[in-house]
Amino acid sequence: MKLLEYQSKALLRKAGLPVPDSIHVRKAGDVREALSKVSFTEGVVKAQAFTGGRGKAGGIKRYSTPEEATKFTSEIIGMQLVTHQTGPEGVSVHSVLLEKAGNALHEFYLAILLDRAKVSPLIMISPDGGVDIEEVAEKTPDRILRLYPEFGKSLSEDLKTKAADFLGLDNTLKEQLGDILQKLYNVYLKYDATLIEINPLAITDENKLELLDCKFDIDDNAVYRQKETGGDPDAEKNEAEIEASKFGMSYISLDGNIGCMVNGAGLAMATMDSIKHNGGEPANFLDVGGSATEEAVTKAFEIISSDSKVECILVNIFGGIMKCDTIANGIVAAVKSSGLKLPLVVRLEGTNVDIGKKIIDQSGLNIISANNLDDAARKSVSVTQK
Amino acid sequence: MAILVDKNTRLITQGITGKAGLFHTLRCHEYGTNVVGGVNPKKAGSSIEGFPVFGNVKEAVTKTAANTTMIFVPAPYAADAIIEAADAGIKLIVAITEGIPVRDMLNVHQYLKKSDSILIGPNCPGITTADVAKVGIAPGFIHKKGKIGIVSRSGTLTYEAVHQTTLTGLGQSTAVGIGGDPIHGLNHIDVIKMFNDDPETEGIVLIGEIGGSDEEEAAEFIKSNVQKPVSAFIAGSSAPKGKRMGHAGAIISGSKGTAESKIKALQDAGVMVALTAADIGHQMCLALRERTGKCHCNNAEDCRY
Repeated sequence: MKLLEYQSKALLRKAGLPVPDSIHVRKAGDVREALSKVSFTEGVVKAQAFTGGRGKAGGIKRYSTPEEATKFTSEIIGMQLVTHQTGPEGVSVHSVLLEKAGNALHEFYLAILLDRAKVSPLIMISPDGGVDIEEVAEKTPDRILRLYPEFGKSLSEDLKTKAADFLGLDNTLKEQLGDILQKLYNVYLKYDATLIEINPLAITDENKLELLDCKFDIDDNAVYRQKETGGDPDAEKNEAEIEASKFGMSYISLDGNIGCMVNGAGLAMATMDSIKHNGGEPANFLDVGGSATEEAVTKAFEIISSDSKVECILVNIFGGIMKCDTIANGIVAAVKSSGLKLPLVVRLEGTNVDIGKKIIDQSGLNIISANNLDDAARKSVSVTQK
Repeated sequence: MAILVDKNTRLITQGITGKAGLFHTLRCHEYGTNVVGGVNPKKAGSSIEGFPVFGNVKEAVTKTAANTTMIFVPAPYAADAIIEAADAGIKLIVAITEGIPVRDMLNVHQYLKKSDSILIGPNCPGITTADVAKVGIAPGFIHKKGKIGIVSRSGTLTYEAVHQTTLTGLGQSTAVGIGGDPIHGLNHIDVIKMFNDDPETEGIVLIGEIGGSDEEEAAEFIKSNVQKPVSAFIAGSSAPKGKRMGHAGAIISGSKGTAESKIKALQDAGVMVALTAADIGHQMCLALRERTGKCHCNNAEDCRY
């Protein structure tokens, strides 16, 4: 689950971290009243959306009067923000953050994330902030410092000193940085974050460190105990994806025309891979889970066929605990009840596979049987290319 | 021989009274695993389907000499269940539970550093030593006693690899599903080391997926240490960046964790990589033939290779 900037900054502020004054607004008509509650007059209007590169895409505008702030807010809310991180369709903006404008003398990069290989949180620091860190990592890897906190303890003085020295900070700022690192690390642990990225971490003209922007990802497995963060686990999902999750299925829409229904995440990916390998394009990732019921199978068909791009549906089930005859009955019932017209390619394997295949063959429905995963992919591709 | 589970396995189930826990305990028992009981603090002293239920793992170990546990405890409590098992001296902990938070697993990882216990999973199908014992949720009947060791991050792809090596007649020594979470117990490399040392295992199948760098590290190890033929499949070459593909660990972040980099690392290490999941069995057959000079599969007479 990702947090929007205003949600992240609320958590940072609560933890005593230095973030600029700001106020969150959902409609242009509220700007004037909102600005009457804050101490700053000049500021920036920042689109609240899950993407970087907002400034270049017109999602961040500087204002000096409430009229200007209102005007920019009405322009930004409702816009489709297209950046290098979004697709060409962009992401929609539902609210803005009005934030005090400051003068950054210098911009650093700071992030805490999970290092899977080292099985530890990792603190990443660079003197080159305000730019794409992947670019820094590629072109000037020595401009990035990686620090590993000792498990279960506060950050060591040694770690803090290394960080400050790497950024070339004076004593005043060094102390501030140490404080920021510790508080941010506490936030990282407390809220089950998997990534907190502060870019930039700025030195202001008052010689203070300030956290100007924040990217905040929370572990999806921990969402149940992080409700107070205000994040919406469904924020980035479309309607079909939300519907699927209600039935314990994991669904992701993609751009192709072959709908997929598979049990198991790995097999679902492998099915998409096979479609692509055979010259087709998958319309979705769909894992029906290990113990899909007839109801879930019906729902899965409904979701897949509601995508107007879909020209064929490929069902690939390895029945282990789920028996193939149960699945076959589910497929037949679902096709009959939904009146599905699209060509359907079915590959069944595992427990009671022969009975399952017989049920499909005798159903009188126009279902194409496949012998293995690759055969299923080939048949689906050839159906869509007719 | 084989690895991790065998006739000496004495299994308990943590969460034996739940629907899934009981169902799979019974399937393991039917497969031949020596199931000695289960744990549920609220139902201590009772029995279920003939298996004694204990209040905690320590008690179960004392009374049954259990050395292996299978965990079905719900995600919010599963990390504690793993630690409890390690504390009680259980040697092999197989965590089936899906959805354990990363922070909890960081704790588990630290805790297990000080312990002799081995963790498999979480979010995994478990381990099957063909025709001997099964700990987990894999369908037993697809296995066939044989010579291939299988290690996989994905559940259903483990079954796919087992099924295909059964069809080719090669069979399996042991199949190990290590799970799809970002932080887990044994990695590919740990299990490959075990297979490399196991005389019953003549070839190794590695099934990986996008995300992390487990497969790259395994490739490094294989390159310099493994003489046995290895074949592999990596799922997710068509996955878009930044989207979690079902498993918490299966996500490409930036340029890291792509199928392309994993496939390249494995090929550089001399591993035969299947381009589609339907080709896993044949690639293993091919790898064995290349190494030993003769065909070992069912269709040796008219093997299509």
